[in-house]
Amino acid sequence: MVKKRENQDFVLSLLQERKGDAMYDGGKIIPGLVIFVGLMTYPIWSGNAGTTPKPVKPTGHEKCVKHKEFMRTSHMVLLNEWRDEVVRDGNREQIHIGDKVYDKSLQNGCMHCHTSKKKFCDECHNYTAVKPYCWECHIQPKETI
Amino acid sequence: MKVLYPFVAVVALVLIAFIGASLPGGQYLFGVVFPILAFAIFLVGFINRIMNWGKSPVPFRIPTTCGQANSLPWIKQNKFDCPSTGFGVIVRMFLEIVLFRSLFRNTKAEMLDGPKIVYGATKWLWLFSLLFHYCFFVIVVRHLRFFTDPIPGFVQALEFGDGLLQVGTPVLYQSDVVFVIAILFLFLRRILLRQVNYISLPADYFPLFLILGIAITGILMRYFIRVDVVVIKELTAGLASFSPKVGDINPLFYAHLFLVSTLLVYFPFSKLMHLGGIFLSPTRNLANNSRMVRHENPWNNPNIKPHSYASYEDEFREFMAGADLPLDKPLEPAPEEKEEKAE
Repeated sequence: MVKKRENQDFVLSLLQERKGDAMYDGGKIIPGLVIFVGLMTYPIWSGNAGTTPKPVKPTGHEKCVKHKEFMRTSHMVLLNEWRDEVVRDGNREQIHIGDKVYDKSLQNGCMHCHTSKKKFCDECHNYTAVKPYCWECHIQPKETI
Repeated sequence: MKVLYPFVAVVALVLIAFIGASLPGGQYLFGVVFPILAFAIFLVGFINRIMNWGKSPVPFRIPTTCGQANSLPWIKQNKFDCPSTGFGVIVRMFLEIVLFRSLFRNTKAEMLDGPKIVYGATKWLWLFSLLFHYCFFVIVVRHLRFFTDPIPGFVQALEFGDGLLQVGTPVLYQSDVVFVIAILFLFLRRILLRQVNYISLPADYFPLFLILGIAITGILMRYFIRVDVVVIKELTAGLASFSPKVGDINPLFYAHLFLVSTLLVYFPFSKLMHLGGIFLSPTRNLANNSRMVRHENPWNNPNIKPHSYASYEDEFREFMAGADLPLDKPLEPAPEEKEEKAE
């Protein structure tokens, strides 16, 4: 076993001796590496960190149908549930939060408070390249401001 | 053991990230320091490895000949499986890299009663490794949305195509599903096929588990334990512009990021280097033209001049004649003998 190991080392050392500093086909390898590094570092040289989205909060409304953390991560799940309940089951039961009543609806519920698609929805959606297909059925609200 | 150890290693990595990111300062360490360090090691290690390969002389032409070589004019050459020109090599490399042509030729030997050995085509490995690599590629490109602002159009187009079926919210990516299935296939193949199992090493299982871990944490973050992507993009886009902002992020994200960092560090030192290695495979990227072009072994000693047989015979003709060896050019009689005969 030791003998075999020594033989291997000897062969490897011979190979190392053969290996100089000269590069073979450098004319092809170096440009290839440059392209590779260029592609890998694309995010670094292509743009900047962007600006943190600042969705405009509604004025005169304090509480949403769910708490902030839930809405930040899972509002799309809620919207999906509402859609199924309203469109498929015809269940338009309103939602009571405290003394307030909300319509189970994107345009009459959510957008009653969050009036501007541009200044609320699009802020984060554009930042993270999310393209929800709400507006394939709903008519996109006209921006008043 | 060779399956268990890599599995335990990946589970340990996830736990380290979970615990580490919950310690004070850990979020900065796991969210900023490790990823930047890992990316640097990846780039430098990758370049080093390629340069090292570039410095290795290839003394002979060693292309694998997978078809009829260039020969007499009436024998049809297989131009792309045994190329003799630069163009042929480019086509061959393209087919190899983009379509995994050599895997497509994969065969399976089976022993039937008789005993008789039969070879049949098996395309499963080709199919699933192709799916695996393309899904991985799509997933990596899709992730550019977290590192660029503004997000380039091709990333958005790819994302749209990947979520074309519009299943659920957030929209299901087909690549995610296929990716996990393909990893499981590649894993089960190593477990279930006796011969493949025998030659599989921890270094084969570790990257599989690592990539599966990355996929699972990513899928959990998107579909199940949904995380706040805006805060994450603030960090990741910040990493790309060296001004990261560490916000309040779900620990699952740190597990995902730490596994990716591990993959990046592991990459240049492992079999994953086939990403660069495929371009430098002498059995694929050399033209089979040894009979048309003279290739000199780069490590030949320049002091040793070529010694043809003719000159060898010139040098040793007398001795060879003395030993009764056959000669191409017979020994001319010595001048003295000539004179004697003339007299």
